[in-house]
Amino acid sequence: MINPNKTRLRRTMMFLNAQKPSLIKDPYIYQPDSIMLDLEDAVAEKEKDSARYSLYHALQEINYRGVERVVRINGLDTDLWREDIRCAVAGGCDSIRIPKTEYAKDVKIVEEAVIAAEKEFGRPEGSVLIMAALESARGVMNALEICDCSERLFGIALSGGDYSKDLQTTISGTGVEFMGARQHMIIAARAAKVQCFDTVWTNLDDMDGFRRETEMIHSMGFDGKSIINPRQIPIVHEIYTPKPKDVDFAEKVIREIDEKKALGIGVFTVNGKMIDIAFYDGAKRTIALAKASGVYKGDL
Amino acid sequence: MINAVGRDIPEEILKATGKEVFQGNNYKDGVRFTKVGPTITPVMRNDHSKLVKDIHEALVKCNAHDGMTVSFHHHFREGDLIVNMVMEEIHKMGLKDIRICASSLGKAHNPLVPMIEDGTITRIESSGVRGKIGEAISAGKLQGLAIMRSHGGRVRSITTGEAHVDIAFIGAPTSDDYGNLRGIGGKADCGVLSYAIVDGNHADYCVAITDCLVPYPNFPAHISQTKVDYVCVVDEIGIPSKIATGAAKPTTDQRKLLMAKYCTDVVVNTPWFKDGFSYQTGVGGASIASTKYLGEIMRERNIKMGFGVGGLTKEMCKLLDEGMARVMLDVQDFDLDAVHNLKNPNHHRIPAGVYANPLNKGAVVNKLDYVVLASLEVDVHFNCNVVVGSDGVITGAQGGHPDTAQGAKCAIVICPLLQGRIPAICSEVTTVTTPGESIDVVVTDYGVAVNPARPDILEALKAADCVPLKTIEELRDIAYSIVGEPDPVEFEDRVVGIIEARDGTIIDVVRKVKDVE
Repeated sequence: MINPNKTRLRRTMMFLNAQKPSLIKDPYIYQPDSIMLDLEDAVAEKEKDSARYSLYHALQEINYRGVERVVRINGLDTDLWREDIRCAVAGGCDSIRIPKTEYAKDVKIVEEAVIAAEKEFGRPEGSVLIMAALESARGVMNALEICDCSERLFGIALSGGDYSKDLQTTISGTGVEFMGARQHMIIAARAAKVQCFDTVWTNLDDMDGFRRETEMIHSMGFDGKSIINPRQIPIVHEIYTPKPKDVDFAEKVIREIDEKKALGIGVFTVNGKMIDIAFYDGAKRTIALAKASGVYKGDL
Repeated sequence: MINAVGRDIPEEILKATGKEVFQGNNYKDGVRFTKVGPTITPVMRNDHSKLVKDIHEALVKCNAHDGMTVSFHHHFREGDLIVNMVMEEIHKMGLKDIRICASSLGKAHNPLVPMIEDGTITRIESSGVRGKIGEAISAGKLQGLAIMRSHGGRVRSITTGEAHVDIAFIGAPTSDDYGNLRGIGGKADCGVLSYAIVDGNHADYCVAITDCLVPYPNFPAHISQTKVDYVCVVDEIGIPSKIATGAAKPTTDQRKLLMAKYCTDVVVNTPWFKDGFSYQTGVGGASIASTKYLGEIMRERNIKMGFGVGGLTKEMCKLLDEGMARVMLDVQDFDLDAVHNLKNPNHHRIPAGVYANPLNKGAVVNKLDYVVLASLEVDVHFNCNVVVGSDGVITGAQGGHPDTAQGAKCAIVICPLLQGRIPAICSEVTTVTTPGESIDVVVTDYGVAVNPARPDILEALKAADCVPLKTIEELRDIAYSIVGEPDPVEFEDRVVGIIEARDGTIIDVVRKVKDVE
């Protein structure tokens, strides 16, 4: 692993227009895990330079208090993305998000530019990670090769707006149009051992719908969700924070497996449930998530 | 002389006003004094008419003269037409050296500025001023001193005779021809007439101005015929849309909602949040949102409010209607829902003196468990400034801030860390208007600070682990790290106004703002 941040907790990744100082000056007060400072769709064509300017100074001057700073660059089909990367890396961003990723080579091209920028601005090699947004049928179909192509890539994200257009459908709110993509992407991400993030929910008047969708993608295995408004953060975090009974159970599973292994016992019961070594990794993940969410203070 | 909040009050101001410096919240507790009464004109004849044809006639009949004091209430808020119409007539009559004693003045009263400039108005006493009058005072245009005093402090100053009112003008949504006044039933309803009660009791002359004359008796009267000398009917006393607006749309500003959540977390995790607790809050977005969150938790835990006080809004009245609050005590209505809610038999009008006068035999504010307030600035000593803007210009009002903050067991101030590019949490407030000893908790978008004088609250919040706790110095340092430490505003030596503490001592002075060269 080139960077310990690759597997950090990313339940919420909040989109912010990089051009708006009032938005990017202190989003950490809402306690998202990551913020995504957008140079792409949120910024008007004639404001791209001013967005880079405010992005650079924000990254340089503002203490984001441990919140991950991801920068969404403009698409590789524009003449903007190279300068976006230079600006973001020079500023000190943690990660670059590639929009409209369709092929592994897209990631490789960005990776080269990131390496060059790290050198140019004296940042340690490998300090800047990459994530890829899949926004088309082609991108989704190539999910596994994208996930597999770079040691810097920490995850992939579904970008629902463009994807639904490419699929020649619309966003219904039920999630039916994203069913295949979500399933395919989470399987690819897990196969490649990278993270997988769900698309935004744009109807802020329907918070019940947002909650239902977040519960669903949590059950599917997604690591987190892209969000557009701070009021979505507590809902996602609540859903992703392991419940006390799950934490207790996981703790027991880990301790019992460690103990029973030494005694040569392979299968046993915890709280009346049959347990074997296959439960070990899942229990470890629960404890890690509970620790990262601040609800586990134990010694595991 | 340095006072209890460390402000240097010039000797010449103490000499000119005969006042003492602020010596702490309870300095006058138990100190006996004699109330003063007005000189009144009895009406014994049964053929006497109180109706006058216009304000001019009322002024003549009330012996209007140079140097007199006239008083007004501010229940019509930014929709008030009374102050301007009376002062225009006084101006026309060529009277000079007038002292205005108002419960508050706002932007609606900008037309008074030329009268300040030409010496018609030479003294202003109010809980605060906004708009052009504030600018005029800060620019040194008022010949005499402006005195800013709280709602409770105003009642105190009138009952002690310090502010003797010659003529009170009471705008009334309805009146009969004998001066029974009500805050409802007319074209410009404001619900209550609480701030004007003391004027009715203590002014030598009292003139009711209404745009809705109703048959005698206008009962139950909020201000009685026994207090009123004359009744003047005019076309319009106020602009209804600016008096009591429709209930404010719930805020969607995430920063305000975050602070509201922190505020509610503070309330529900401190010892007074139990069945029968008492609570007051304001009309700002965060305050209303905080009441909404509080209501949700009250319903969830079936904890009922004993009484609420206000400055009432729809959100508070909703708790009363649902049976989640036993009683509402009302000194002002901020929206039409609160005005209409006065029909609820448990929604009671109270005079401003009952609400907050520090020198009566115990005000309602003394029985408050919680008050939620706002502030322009809070310093590391927890002193608040709600009157003077960061540019040094008078721009706000004490209102009931110092009264409720002192009275409540847990006074919470909600204040965003930064007001634009200005740090709201700072080393020293520009002007002290509420002393730090009254403030227990400061809620910002960056965290919550508890006054070290309240270890009980700090322990409760630590145990609950419900809000990001910071020291007030940490909050200040975060603010300064983001926007820098501003240079203090530059003032000239001349004192243009004084800030009275509740008990009439001087807590701070306001000086003339230095001209920008």
